[in-house]
Amino acid sequence: MDRSRRYRLRRVVGETHKGAAVRVRGLVVRYGALTAVDGLDLEVRAGTCMGILGPNGAGKTTTIEVLEGLRDPDAGEVEVLGRTWSKDPQGIRERIGVQLQETDLQRKLTVIETLRMFQSFYREKRDLGEILELVGLTEKRRARVDDLSGGQRQRLTLGCALVNRPELLFLDEPTTGLDPQARRRVWEIVEEFKRAGGTALLTTHYMEEAERLADDLVVVDRGHVVARGTPMELIASLGATGVVRYAPRAGHEAAAAAISEAEFLALPGVRSLRVGNDSRELIVHDTQAAVVSLLGLFEARGIQLEDLSTHRPTLEDVFVALTGKQLRDG
Amino acid sequence: MANHSALFELVRVRVLLFLREPEALFWVFIFPVLMAAALGFAFQGGEAPTARVRVLDGDGASALVERLSGAPGVPLELEIAPVAEEPELRRAITSGRIDVLLLPGDDLELVFDGQRPEGAAARTAVELALARTAPGAPLAEATLAPMQERGSRYVDFLLPGLLGLNLMSTGMWVIGFAVADLRQRKVLKRLLVTPMRRSSFLLSFLLARLVFLVMEVAALVLFGALVLDVPFRAGYVEFLVLTLLAAFTFAGLGLAVTSRAQTLQGASGLLNFAMLPMWLLSGVFFSYERFPEFLHPFLKLIPLSALNDALRATMLEGASLTTLLPELAILAAWAAAAFVVALTCFRWR
Repeated sequence: MDRSRRYRLRRVVGETHKGAAVRVRGLVVRYGALTAVDGLDLEVRAGTCMGILGPNGAGKTTTIEVLEGLRDPDAGEVEVLGRTWSKDPQGIRERIGVQLQETDLQRKLTVIETLRMFQSFYREKRDLGEILELVGLTEKRRARVDDLSGGQRQRLTLGCALVNRPELLFLDEPTTGLDPQARRRVWEIVEEFKRAGGTALLTTHYMEEAERLADDLVVVDRGHVVARGTPMELIASLGATGVVRYAPRAGHEAAAAAISEAEFLALPGVRSLRVGNDSRELIVHDTQAAVVSLLGLFEARGIQLEDLSTHRPTLEDVFVALTGKQLRDG
Repeated sequence: MANHSALFELVRVRVLLFLREPEALFWVFIFPVLMAAALGFAFQGGEAPTARVRVLDGDGASALVERLSGAPGVPLELEIAPVAEEPELRRAITSGRIDVLLLPGDDLELVFDGQRPEGAAARTAVELALARTAPGAPLAEATLAPMQERGSRYVDFLLPGLLGLNLMSTGMWVIGFAVADLRQRKVLKRLLVTPMRRSSFLLSFLLARLVFLVMEVAALVLFGALVLDVPFRAGYVEFLVLTLLAAFTFAGLGLAVTSRAQTLQGASGLLNFAMLPMWLLSGVFFSYERFPEFLHPFLKLIPLSALNDALRATMLEGASLTTLLPELAILAAWAAAAFVVALTCFRWR
């Protein structure tokens, strides 16, 4: 069934905004002595999905809350759909859809009651049968929120964010804590929204999610943007073709650790070295040459390996290279 | 147009949520009736109980017993007790097993516990018996006529107090708790990013409250009238105005008290802190007139005192709106102050 044909992009109430959906210049947000967002710039083109990547505490949620009007910035300019929060807050609220990071719904309401309540707040009202179908909860319409699975509940919060046919959708870690299948169903709903011309702003911990949904990405660390581009551009910026990961066998850790960084970097094909807790990784620009010479080095030192693997560079590798942190902190 | 439907939906949701909370239904509807039943039956009027009098053995003990038992119209339960039992008898007075201990002698000594109503009544009975059997007794013709009229018994005093108490605690608990719960679970934050009007949201709690107010008040008033025979002399307009205003006042106080509470525990502590003084000082179970005189003007200003005074005046004496004006003004002032505080301090996240 082609759901997209049913989705009418043009809103009934008011004009659709044409320029950049989100424009942020020099955003600063402080919590007391802590500067959570420190001069952040961001622009989201209408009709695209922007992904914000960053470790915990990088300022992603704070940024998104400023854009949603939940928090006042300490400095900087923020424009959402061509409007500002100080001049036209209701105009913005009417046109955005929001999925907060940890929204709880009223558990003793049913699915349809919840949607109907949210729908009542807006002037633009999308048909609830259509929403139920879009988020796959038609059969669960009379079920209480309490009785829904985690994935169903997440799809319901997404449905609540879509009742007003929003031009701009905020998704703050929309699939955290969901199993892979439930995650894919959420992605399909967001893709549906994108296909119909909607603009989305997404924060996520999951690389697969960013690669699948985002057209553009920014990597945020300590409150400002450290890199931006399409997923492909960011990966290409590593200048590497592969990542080689190895772990020495028990009893051989000391010998392996004795090899200096300079020795690794001297190997053909190796670009840089990354030391993790229980493994080491080499960023390489010639995977075959690097693996052969690495194994030769271990052979010469009598070091036995527990594990050796290679993969193409991913956003995760970009992220670690840029921030020195894993995306999912522990 | 959109806002009408939003307000309607919000009220509908509140009513649905309340109906789906069995515990809340119990505390709002069943508990006050159970309390009225228990207290009503415990303190039901009736014949004044016969005073239980012990006379300590000694000179003139049997003569005293003979004299008292001959007193016309004053029934007493009289017994002579051995001297050795005196300490035990004194304790029996404190614990209410007997009412009066008489120590005969040149100066007759009457031991009783004036703190208990039965003790004071028994003392009066003994004194009356002594007076009637004295030579040339002037009171010999008087008979004892305990008050039995509807509207003047303890249960008549109690029921309006319980109604007031119920209006207060339901109003404050249901609203304060619901709001704190929504805040703690970040539902408020989610509502905040919608164009929902803040005022519609707060108003929905009040309107939903009114839906249940009728049932809640009717349950208690009907129970009082049908089972405990408590009179209902209030005019319908007076009663409606008073209970509506009270519902708004306490809903506002519930919102104000919990306007910044971040957790349910915090809200519950604040609500208890606000309500406990009212339980004690506002004349629910006993009249606040029992507190020292200089406190009365202040006690009258407590919202629950004003409500209880007005409920008693209208339910028992059929007082008119003009008579109730001072109490209505006190309630309205609290309501206004509460909403100002609730609207300015309300924390949405």
